[in-house]
Amino acid sequence: MQMALFAYFGGAVVLSALFVVYFRNPIYSAMSLLAMFMHIAGLYVILEAEFLAGVQLLVYAGAILVLYLFVVMLLNVQSRGRFLQRQTPLVAVIGIFAAVDVIALLLHTRFYPELPAIPHPGVPTLGNSETIGMVLYTQYLFPFEIASLVLLIALVGAIVLAKGKLKYR
Amino acid sequence: MSFSAVNILGTMPEIYLTFFGCILLILETMIPKEKRSWLAYFTIIALVFAMVASIGLNGKGLPLYSGLYIVDPFSNFFKIIIYIAAIITILFSLPYLDQEDIHLGEYYAFILFSVVGMMVMVSAGDLITLFLGIELMSLCFYVLVGLKRDDNRSVEASFKYFLLGSFTAAIFLFGISFLYGAAGTETISGLAGFISNPGTLKPMVMVGMILTLVGFTFKVSAVPFHMWTPDVYEGAPTVVTGFMATAGKIAAFAVFLRVFWVAFSGNRHDWDILIILVSILSMAVGNIVAIMQTNLKRMLAYSSIGHAGYALMALLLPNRESLFALLFYVFTYMFMTVGAFGVILMMRKKGVEGEEIEDFVGLSKRHPIAALVMLIFMFSLAGIPPFGGFLAKFYIFFAVVHAGYTWLAVVGIIFAAIGAYYYLKVVMAMYMKEPNGSVVFHSSLMGRIALALTAGTTVILGVYPAPFVAYIKSSLALFIP
Repeated sequence: MQMALFAYFGGAVVLSALFVVYFRNPIYSAMSLLAMFMHIAGLYVILEAEFLAGVQLLVYAGAILVLYLFVVMLLNVQSRGRFLQRQTPLVAVIGIFAAVDVIALLLHTRFYPELPAIPHPGVPTLGNSETIGMVLYTQYLFPFEIASLVLLIALVGAIVLAKGKLKYR
Repeated sequence: MSFSAVNILGTMPEIYLTFFGCILLILETMIPKEKRSWLAYFTIIALVFAMVASIGLNGKGLPLYSGLYIVDPFSNFFKIIIYIAAIITILFSLPYLDQEDIHLGEYYAFILFSVVGMMVMVSAGDLITLFLGIELMSLCFYVLVGLKRDDNRSVEASFKYFLLGSFTAAIFLFGISFLYGAAGTETISGLAGFISNPGTLKPMVMVGMILTLVGFTFKVSAVPFHMWTPDVYEGAPTVVTGFMATAGKIAAFAVFLRVFWVAFSGNRHDWDILIILVSILSMAVGNIVAIMQTNLKRMLAYSSIGHAGYALMALLLPNRESLFALLFYVFTYMFMTVGAFGVILMMRKKGVEGEEIEDFVGLSKRHPIAALVMLIFMFSLAGIPPFGGFLAKFYIFFAVVHAGYTWLAVVGIIFAAIGAYYYLKVVMAMYMKEPNGSVVFHSSLMGRIALALTAGTTVILGVYPAPFVAYIKSSLALFIP
């Protein structure tokens, strides 16, 4: 079951990543990127990292991709004629080289030679969202507060820089 | 972490400033435009409050928030310099902001928040807190640099600084993730324990160290990562330039020192060659390119690159002497640099600043006191004996010689001699030529107070440094939890 899900999500990630590169219309590329982010979130769920999956969807699919689309639409890129982008031979050679490289690395790496022991087997473990929340609001309370200050500054700063011409005198 | 009052009391200065910054953002909407100067007085009161709180914490070594935040004499020293720099900046900014038509209430809030960012930087006990502090400071600077929104140079400077700054932040974060991946901890003391015996993960530590070094050298504007400095310093409003060139850089030096001396002390022999290289390059580029500048703000930008080179030499050997030399250096550097920018912003010609060296020609005939003050700053920056800058360089070179790098000290002295040329060029323009042009020296009471404070301290630091030396000697303690 897990293997089948992995095959589905992994295959979809590879396929949509290829579409990102091959589509000629930037909007289609951005949409394929969205599909890729979704499937990566699926991979995280298989790994039982449900918090990471949520963040992946919120941050990448929700925020960053919308920014992409804004830029693409503002630039008003037109694409007529061909549906797919033609790739130069140089790109293909480099791509194959990189793929061979990654496969060689994967074959040579020993993943987790011995698995680390699970600490406190008797205690019921919390899910990882709960754990992150616990750590964030206790141990990392101070950086958390500073991060909120950073967000405040970003907000006020954007307003100060973007508001129209005013006479301050 | 059990929640305790010590954590709150130890971070009282930061809490004060954040609180007053938020109050300023609200007050700004209520106060009529003619009375904006009240906000400046309010900001100074806030900074004095925080300074009193910091002095109250002096002499303590406290790891707060389970070691993520460290209050020690070292960080308190830097915080106090940063408060002084901010107060002087506010004193300079009063008539200037009105003249440039950028008197926004948010300006004061941003100064306060950037001070909070610097305080977080100098006290950070782990790399995440450190990174957030750097970002808090930088975000405020991006906005402050672009305050003159009608001026193309200012907008360009802000945008350039923003792009390069975010790029460097990403590199720095990448370095932190390497270190975290290798060591499994991101606290500075935890990293120190791991790095002294990294085993097979040494390459990962090295990559992380080099990437964090890139982040720090960008923030102290040392060569190869100095490209943004001249444009940003030239384009920014001059008060902001003075503040960035002093407080921002000094805070960056403080974290640079803490991370490299504590976390990376185990592999000192891997990074000292990098520091030597960056230091020599900074001194060379800073001092040689400055000769060709005609704009005084650009010249001071290159001079600040050169000064970063001198100060970096003190990082080579972690001992008390180098630490003392660096603290004395940044202390002196703050007063003379912020003062020099203060003189520039008071020179007005037809509604703009007189920031070209041409504008200073014959200043001694028309305004002898302004010329004398500028002479003090220029001589001090050049390192000519009766002023503070000389002693600062002297301590640095002695520390370098005692660290066993005599040749490096010789290189530094050669570049200092080259550097003296362009500072003296300004002095010569002021004293040896007949005045021409329509530049007037426009000062206010607050500005004169600030100039008297900076120039006076620069002179006293050279003539009678004993009280300052005693104070700095009392803050030579880096607390390692």
